[in-house]
Amino acid sequence: MSYLIGEGMTGGYGSVDILHDCTIAVDKGEIAVIVGPNGAGKSTAMKAVFGMLNIHTGRIMLDGEDITALTPQARVAKGMAFVPQTNNIFPSMSVEQNLEMGAFLRRDDINGTLQEVYDLFPILKQKRNQNAGELSGGQRQQVAVGRALMTQPKVLMLDEPTAGVSPIVMDELFDLIIDIARTGLSILMVEQNARQALNIADKGYVLVQGRNRFTDTGHALMNNPDVRRSFLGG
Amino acid sequence: MENWLNAFALLSNFVIVPAIAYGSQLALGALGVTLVFGILRFSNFAHGDTMSLGTMVVILFTWWFQSMGINLGPLPTALLALPFGIFFCAVFVLLSDRFVYRFYRAKRADPVIYLIASVGIMFITNGIVRFIIGPDDQNFADGERFIIRAREFKEMTGLDQGVTIKLSQGLTFVTMIVVVAALFWFLNRTRSGKSMRAYSDNEDLALLSGINPDKVVAITWIIAAALATIAGTLYGLDKSFKPFTYFQLLLPIFAAAIVGGLGNPLGAIAGGFVIAFSEITITYAYKRFVEYLMPESWEAGGLIQLLSTDYKFAVSFIILLLVLLVRPHGIFKGTGV
Amino acid sequence: MSGALRNISYFVVMTALIVVVGQLQSWNLALSILNLCIISAIMALGVNIQWGYAGLFNVGVMGFAALGGLAAMLISVPPVQEAWAVGGTGVLLGFVTAIVTIAAAVFTFRSLARGTLRTLAIIVVCTLGYAITRSVFDPATDAIESVNPASTGYLGGFGLPILLSWPVGGIFAGCAAWVVGKITLGLRTDYLAIATLGISEIIVAMLKNEDWMTRGVKNVVGLPRPVPFEINLQQSQWFLDLCAKLGTAPVTFSSIFVKLCYAGLFTVVLLVVLYLSEKALRSPWGRMMRAIRDNEVSSNAMGKNIKARHLQVFILGSVVVGIAGAMLTTLDGQLTPASYQPLRFTFLIWVMVIVGGSGNNWGAVLGGFVIWYFWIQAEPLGIWLMNLITANMDAGSALRAHLLDSAQHMRLMTMGLILLLTLRFSPRGLIPEGSAKR
Repeated sequence: MSYLIGEGMTGGYGSVDILHDCTIAVDKGEIAVIVGPNGAGKSTAMKAVFGMLNIHTGRIMLDGEDITALTPQARVAKGMAFVPQTNNIFPSMSVEQNLEMGAFLRRDDINGTLQEVYDLFPILKQKRNQNAGELSGGQRQQVAVGRALMTQPKVLMLDEPTAGVSPIVMDELFDLIIDIARTGLSILMVEQNARQALNIADKGYVLVQGRNRFTDTGHALMNNPDVRRSFLGG
Repeated sequence: MENWLNAFALLSNFVIVPAIAYGSQLALGALGVTLVFGILRFSNFAHGDTMSLGTMVVILFTWWFQSMGINLGPLPTALLALPFGIFFCAVFVLLSDRFVYRFYRAKRADPVIYLIASVGIMFITNGIVRFIIGPDDQNFADGERFIIRAREFKEMTGLDQGVTIKLSQGLTFVTMIVVVAALFWFLNRTRSGKSMRAYSDNEDLALLSGINPDKVVAITWIIAAALATIAGTLYGLDKSFKPFTYFQLLLPIFAAAIVGGLGNPLGAIAGGFVIAFSEITITYAYKRFVEYLMPESWEAGGLIQLLSTDYKFAVSFIILLLVLLVRPHGIFKGTGV
Repeated sequence: MSGALRNISYFVVMTALIVVVGQLQSWNLALSILNLCIISAIMALGVNIQWGYAGLFNVGVMGFAALGGLAAMLISVPPVQEAWAVGGTGVLLGFVTAIVTIAAAVFTFRSLARGTLRTLAIIVVCTLGYAITRSVFDPATDAIESVNPASTGYLGGFGLPILLSWPVGGIFAGCAAWVVGKITLGLRTDYLAIATLGISEIIVAMLKNEDWMTRGVKNVVGLPRPVPFEINLQQSQWFLDLCAKLGTAPVTFSSIFVKLCYAGLFTVVLLVVLYLSEKALRSPWGRMMRAIRDNEVSSNAMGKNIKARHLQVFILGSVVVGIAGAMLTTLDGQLTPASYQPLRFTFLIWVMVIVGGSGNNWGAVLGGFVIWYFWIQAEPLGIWLMNLITANMDAGSALRAHLLDSAQHMRLMTMGLILLLTLRFSPRGLIPEGSAKR
């Protein structure tokens, strides 16, 4: 069984179901990517795994424990971290304070983790006393990911981390994500840029209208002619 | 030269000293409004009445202490009663949050619904205060006490014009400095304070970081109640306590908070002083001031008063409108648009 | 349809409640309650137009009602010739200079480019204009106020029929609403709320302090009436004949008759306002307003000019409140600036709208009736309750005296509680939006 698994999730906002028997899983040290057309419920599936929306059928398991009933805050305490697509920093707080807030739940010394994040994102160390709201789009995204890493999570969930950044920054971010995964974290992410994302993915999920359409390794999906034709533009 | 000094002394006595005291009171009031706005995202119309509730408790305890002969020496007995006022006021606002606002928070209601709910709370608070202490003026100072009396000042400086600084005025300013310093230390240095700022900055992300919203909201209410009680008590010591006056203070307090940028604590303090100084300089009669500066033969035709004191609310109002016209976010950038 | 049946039954119960007062207490009291119920209902309709149709939170109902009251006085009382002689020209000149100043400031604003120069120029123009205005205005008002201050000391009015003041009161309120709305609409709702709170305080302060215009706290009493005086009725033969036919005492019946006349006039206004409000609500304009209220973002995207629409609806609502304010002063027969209390004139109206049903005109009317009825009846009820509570206490006890004395403040608490309970458990009110008889 996978380390984190959302099994047979059905649910949505209000009375309308967006997800239909959707299953998403990720193993330790793996990168799992959710791709699919607009409105396929990619972000919704991610939010369901994190407990930000109610599912009436299915369950979420983390390390063999059923966490379906837990609030998002409680999941943070269990070692899950989530980086939203937008509004993912505290704009009027400094970079360092942003990172501190990420470690809000921790009572131990956070300086070690802080140093690790600065090693991962050297630019943040330079700008640590600057307000996060004043940074460029790519740098903000680094703050957002850095904040999530401060809890020392076991699973990192990213909702379209490369939305709205330049292609160069996008490549940098993908490299960083690989680096992070190598430290033993599981990464679950939603990506608009399916091709690059599947390239680095150990596992890929193609969702269509809230259902699993294809599930395979990233490499296999890239080579699957159906997937190529329908979702990767040939 | 002496005339210039006299004119300056006159101005200090009637404009600068009272405006500093009044500005401090408004700043404390506006801080409470702006904090509630920053965290709970609505304009709390009950804040004036929260001030009067807290002050009422302080007054009742002050009377009790006075009747038992307990005092603080040269300082007003009300200071001793202040913690009790803060305690009861905090309990009251926490109860109102529990039974009213929490429901709308869970539903993520529109801000205007909170506004209407706060009007309901205002009614009830107002009714409680009038029910317990009555609608009339109450005095709870231990007699007039002074830091400098006009006569002493004249003897000291040899000027014709005296300057009086009431103890309550000095105390107001010092208390304001201490409270503001403590508040900023709290917001910038402590875990709870930082979590409040984070919550105000980005509520959803604060939740994702594991910040407990209930705790943030509770701390905010307690601080708001403390600020309201302190501001109300200082205002009451400086002037007098009357429930309706406290309701009317809403306008200058909101003007101060908006001028400074709603949700911005530093702005609220600046706004408080802007409003207080404008109100007093515009409603002060400059007749004697001008007479000091003009040749002896010259005589002022009227009071040389820009606006009668009856219209002091108009000053806050006009400043408010000007700020909304020119800089809707306030002098300092606030969170509200 | 059971909804319509329920709504009708509300009004039937309300009528019954007033009849009960007539039977048990007195018809005189019942009719005074009815008259104020009607005025409250009209005010609630005005607020409902702003809140229910457009979601605008007006906390300055008191100010707009006071402007209506001012209109009633200014239109109806005869001019004080002597006062006009000593200060009339001065005051008029003062108005002219004030208008010229504003025009000059606007002209400066428009003709200069943004920058320090413009700011300075506007400050100079305003200061200069203000000084000139004050220098002509102040001597004139002083002169007016010294003309027989015990009985006049003001300019008086135009000596026109007081009914004319009802539309004029609406116009006054509409003008004030234009100024506030122009500046604060389009910003957060909170700003409109605070600005309206401010303007209403200022309007009432003006009424209290501009003695040359309103006699301030000395009040203007004995306004002309649109209906006959009791004493005149008691002396007219047709009235005495009527009394004889009905078998009632002329003295009691004359005051009932006068109140009935008022009730007739007020009912006409209520029905007209209600008809027009309903018509507007069902028109394409009303649908557009609700569309804007329910989704500002998408309406904006559809190219609706939201700010202009909001301004329109804000002015309309304020006009209705102004009319009701003029009617109230007409009924009172006097302008007493000190009687304008925000709790009574602003927040009570809000309770009426919320309890009645936001967005529903029939609801606003019902809310006006119900809340005013309980506001009046809560006082004797509170005193009765306090008497009951304190019945076993020592007659001389200070607590007992205090409790009896404070019973009146219970009303505030009750109203606050009603507001909160409605908002929480029945946020759509007694007659919810969209359920009215069509």
